[in-house]
Amino acid sequence: MPQDSLHTNNRAGVANTYDAIVIGSGISGGWAAKELSEKGLRTLMLERGRNFEHIKDYASASKNPWELEHRGKATQDQKKKRPIISRPWAMYGTAAYEPIMDYWADEQECPYVEVKPFTWWRSYQMGGRSILWGRQSYRWSDFDFEANAKDGIAVDWPIRYKDVAPWYDYAEKFAGISGSREGLQHLPDGNFLPPMDLTCVEKDVAERIRKSFRNRHMIIGRVANLTVPIPGRTKCQFRNRCWEGCPFGGYFSTQSSTLPAAMATGKLTVRPFSIVTRILYDKDTKKAKGVEVLDAETNKTYEFYSRIVFLNASTLNSAWVLMNSATDIWPGGLGSSSGELGHNIMDHHYMLGAQGTVEGFEDKYYYGRRANGFYITRFANLYGDKRDYLRGFGYQGGAGRQGWSRDVAELNVGAGFKEALTEPGTWSIGATGFGEILPYHENKITLDKDKKDKWGLPVLSMDAELKENEWKMRKDIVQELVAMFEAAGVKNISTWDDKNYAIGQGIHEMGSARMGKDPKTSVLNKWNQVWDAKNVFVTDGSFMVSSACQNPSLTYMAMTARAVDHAVSELKKGTL
Amino acid sequence: MNRREALSTVALLLGGTIVGANVFLEGCTPGDKKAAAAGGPLTFSNDDIAYLDEIAETIIPTTDTPGAKAAKVGEFMTVMVKDCYDEKDQKIFVDGMQQLNDASRKKFGKSFMDADSKQRTELLTEIDKESKDAMAKAKPEDPKPYFRLMKELTLLGYFTSEVGATKALRYVAVPGRYEGCIPYKKGDKAWAT
Repeated sequence: MPQDSLHTNNRAGVANTYDAIVIGSGISGGWAAKELSEKGLRTLMLERGRNFEHIKDYASASKNPWELEHRGKATQDQKKKRPIISRPWAMYGTAAYEPIMDYWADEQECPYVEVKPFTWWRSYQMGGRSILWGRQSYRWSDFDFEANAKDGIAVDWPIRYKDVAPWYDYAEKFAGISGSREGLQHLPDGNFLPPMDLTCVEKDVAERIRKSFRNRHMIIGRVANLTVPIPGRTKCQFRNRCWEGCPFGGYFSTQSSTLPAAMATGKLTVRPFSIVTRILYDKDTKKAKGVEVLDAETNKTYEFYSRIVFLNASTLNSAWVLMNSATDIWPGGLGSSSGELGHNIMDHHYMLGAQGTVEGFEDKYYYGRRANGFYITRFANLYGDKRDYLRGFGYQGGAGRQGWSRDVAELNVGAGFKEALTEPGTWSIGATGFGEILPYHENKITLDKDKKDKWGLPVLSMDAELKENEWKMRKDIVQELVAMFEAAGVKNISTWDDKNYAIGQGIHEMGSARMGKDPKTSVLNKWNQVWDAKNVFVTDGSFMVSSACQNPSLTYMAMTARAVDHAVSELKKGTL
Repeated sequence: MNRREALSTVALLLGGTIVGANVFLEGCTPGDKKAAAAGGPLTFSNDDIAYLDEIAETIIPTTDTPGAKAAKVGEFMTVMVKDCYDEKDQKIFVDGMQQLNDASRKKFGKSFMDADSKQRTELLTEIDKESKDAMAKAKPEDPKPYFRLMKELTLLGYFTSEVGATKALRYVAVPGRYEGCIPYKKGDKAWAT
């Protein structure tokens, strides 16, 4: 059974009944499957896309650069098939990368509507975006959990740091997060593996920033790459090719981490090509009794039953599942009684920053390709700092020596030019901001029933935008970075800011089914249970009440483990 | 170093957030599909490839390490132009092949293939200066000059080839560890990736 990862169960009735169903196999779905099955529940994990096996399916991951026909560049054909993923990515060019283009969702099969511009990064295959994530892993603090209450924004978080802290410990220990302990109240330390190194220039810049400013900390990124091996996984080999899938299991993904753990219990069944079309609601018990699944290959419909359902289809698709689960009792969808389902869509500021060059380290270099960078922690609106907008931001960046794609002054072509390019160039440093976006009720997604996907299902319609607080913050993000770089002696500073920046581009979409203290103003309670159907738990980014400025995935992991613990204890008590 | 390339260099360093190899030279930029190259799919002859090989070899010649021709950069350029360029850049590139030859005839009274290596270097140095000047004045949305495209593809094709990565540069497929601050002495080769 543990090897039988594609166990397909098409028999009706009892045979289609499990203790728990998990919808989605990405970061939070994988965690739900692991926790549920380790607690002894017979669990079915449904994935809408293809199976995608650890190591075996990472086709390009061990190829040399010259073995890629286009050396990594996406072809026009690839881009035509996935125009959203191929959109220009601020000043970085594009993220369209030849060997992984089909790791992203098929955009022809799965369209969506942009009432306002919205770039949606989707991966419809086993493991979801856990293969493709940025792996930066930061805890939240009470500055974040208390922010809405203090500012009178949206609703208060129903939890505080102390509620999540033990689950952060738990998630970090299993996932393997490397990082440095800094003793910062606003960015709590965790259960870290040894930190990666900063480069010489980064160390120098960090020190100069520390001396020139109050409360500005440039630290090594906290990242879900192993700096020491843990059982079943090899440590990071510093190839910096994570997005292709890691044959070493060097970073956390469903495939490298939660799926093997869940399969080892013998309790997990995984079913790919399973589009959950709705959660089946039982009026009498006021609970879900299971889910309806459309087989993406055969177009056949199945029902699967369970005592609890974990919805982890990703922030926007989980809202889609709930909205598409409308009944005559809840015409707006399961969990819609508060009127908040699909609203309060958030993301992070991204695609803005600065870069420059650094002199004086020509006799220094580095070894290996670090799949990580530095992190400048939040300082705005903290510890007495006051801005003309709410909340804050951090920066992620790196310093290194320029490579062969640089121009060489006074050299054009020929032997001298070639020889110059065979040596490392000037040190350069750059960083991009990640900032908080507030939750606005009117930033929403809805079902567009006129437009259909390949399977005749209604599609999502995106209607969200940045507002005054956001635009003010973006300006400040760039200005403050320039100020720090100047203080650190960085030369030739230039800046960039995508003036058309739109929600979705940060790939941190959140908030479609927020939690809260009051069923009248929130979709989920403090245990991630849908107020209107308490055996349905939503533990992906949907539950977020505010966005803070930290990369959110670690919080999803911790909250998923916490929710499973609660669910199983309630099941045992017979209260669920 | 122009700004866009500087940023690409920086983007490479943002390992946590941005994938690597795709942000090198921007050979493949999305663009409009209007300016169709008339008469069906773009093709390159063996003579075209030989000609592009010589252009590439002039940019990256054989020294104590192999040059661009050994890395089959001419053929690589044709693959990239056919598969990755939009029609607008395809046209700039193909027209550029003619313009470069015309410039050679004008300057030396002979085609680029007939010019000797000293003449070729002299010509491409001049054209490279012109394209750098043009780019310095251009707006970000303006298309790149043809020689810029050729030079970018040459560098990409050469330094990511087996000979370029392993002989002209230092290539370590699996570094196994990371050290953030080690001594460097002039003459040590740069890492290939």
